[in-house]
Amino acid sequence: MSTAGLAIDSTAPVAPKVKKNKASRHKKMSPLSYVFLVVIAFASFFPFYWMFVVASSTSDVIAQTPPSVVPGHNFWNEVKAVFEVVPFGRNMLNTLIVCLSVAAAQVFFSSIAGFAFAKLRFRGKKALILFIIGTMMLPSQLGLVPMFLLLSKLNWIDELKALIVPALVTAFGVFWMRQVIDAQIPNELLEAASIDGASIPRIYRSMIVPAILPSAFVLGLFSFLASWNDYLMPLLVLQSPDKFTLQVAISQLNTKAYGMDYNIVMAGSFMATAPLLILFVFVGRRLVTGVMDGAVKG
Amino acid sequence: MNRAENWWSQLFISPFFVMFIIFGFLPIAYSVYLAFFRWEPLDSSQTFIGLENFRNLWHDPIFWQSTRNTFSIWFFSTIPQMALALGLASILRNPRLRFRLLWQTIFLVPNITSVVAVAVVFGQLFGRDYGLINYVLHIFGVANINWQETTLASHVAIATMITWRWVGYNSLIFLASMNAIPNDLYESASLDGASRMQQFRYVTLPQLRNTITFMLIVGTIGGLQVFAEPATFGGNLSGGSSGQFSTLTLYLFRNVQEYTAYGYAAAVGIGITIIVLIISAINFALTRRIASEDTKK
Repeated sequence: MSTAGLAIDSTAPVAPKVKKNKASRHKKMSPLSYVFLVVIAFASFFPFYWMFVVASSTSDVIAQTPPSVVPGHNFWNEVKAVFEVVPFGRNMLNTLIVCLSVAAAQVFFSSIAGFAFAKLRFRGKKALILFIIGTMMLPSQLGLVPMFLLLSKLNWIDELKALIVPALVTAFGVFWMRQVIDAQIPNELLEAASIDGASIPRIYRSMIVPAILPSAFVLGLFSFLASWNDYLMPLLVLQSPDKFTLQVAISQLNTKAYGMDYNIVMAGSFMATAPLLILFVFVGRRLVTGVMDGAVKG
Repeated sequence: MNRAENWWSQLFISPFFVMFIIFGFLPIAYSVYLAFFRWEPLDSSQTFIGLENFRNLWHDPIFWQSTRNTFSIWFFSTIPQMALALGLASILRNPRLRFRLLWQTIFLVPNITSVVAVAVVFGQLFGRDYGLINYVLHIFGVANINWQETTLASHVAIATMITWRWVGYNSLIFLASMNAIPNDLYESASLDGASRMQQFRYVTLPQLRNTITFMLIVGTIGGLQVFAEPATFGGNLSGGSSGQFSTLTLYLFRNVQEYTAYGYAAAVGIGITIIVLIISAINFALTRRIASEDTKK
């Protein structure tokens, strides 16, 4: 096999060479590899399945030995119970408001800053981008207390804007957009445009934006997911049940459910997770490529 | 450099810096200032007490207990995470693998889901009396483990939640870096008669040095901030009946919300930052050292 590869190699160097390498380096997939993949895939999904099993059963079924591992018929009752304990619809709406605002703002602000850092010339550019990368190393809790005081001073405690405004633009977003614009837009194109007299905002609108839409979408997804799952800040600044985001609402269920049953907590958790799972069906592949694109530089 | 370009650039990058100054820099600077005061908002007085908060911190058993717990949880989550992610990545990069994108997508699912919901589910799975995990262990003759009350077991339970969340994501990062390794390296290794295991050990691992360093640093910063999992697992901010799984961030948060000791909480925050910086430096030095030894061999 390797001699055949070498023979091809001498005549047509590029493409077949890769083929030969891969063939010689990778034997067939061993069955053990597939077992490993299946086990991890099962483990990845099981907690969601289990969420639904518990959420749809009555507490005595969960407490029996051996525990039941199939869904019961009680799901809608538990859902109703969730709505009685927390204003779940309101919490869902709050979460959506926060996530969508944060995602839209991050995409916009990161893309203009990323554009400047990738393609424009200005004073202090190198030092400033290094500074931005440096800020990613700071643990966020360092400023937690003053952040709380600042938000109280602004009278933003128990307001959704306390979650939105500080998250409008992040170092990660700026850095990501800089990488994307740097890689996807050829300099010649911009030079041609500026010789033609196009202004900078115009170049941004008509050349940068259309080219980076797919990557911007991925960044938007990342921000959306991060703020959907954020727990520390909402717990710090939100106080009344009507203002809670889903994460805080579930944790309230969890705290209140002490001495109660787990079913209601799981029903709440399931309802807070299901939208993400549905979203993931549509965007999962793009997230995979997004994560991997961002990784190569690491 | 023309003036319009300079002007627009400043405008474009200013949102980040304005926001950073207001919500990043100022709180941090104020935090350092605050740490020198005794300030409990209930008595609305701020008293300058110099280094007392730091002295108290140094002698605070709960702070050190939380530090130990945080590291223990970090250890029990990082090692399996890295090992599983490397294993997954080396399977995923095999060109003969079918449905690669489907596998990758499945493995990313845990990463996108709500931390609190996941912690709730795992809390139930790790239940002492009716938990599925104890039931399965029971089949293998292991006596019921009290995952909440036993220090080590509670760390393992929380570490499991973190590992579950990050294995797939990390495997994608590893996969991306593995794909960037030049094929010639494997070619010459296999010409030298290196087995697949040896190729992994002497080609893949050293080539992944930067990625591993990066992930350890990011993972440590993340690991030292563990909050939602222990908070949900215990159902409150105390981290278990005797603080057996209280973490640093949990303790910081408890000082803010439960004790409303703002000055002291600021000092805890600075303590956490110092620990993060020390650990990042150690990580960096260690990974470089290990990797350079690898290349020497």
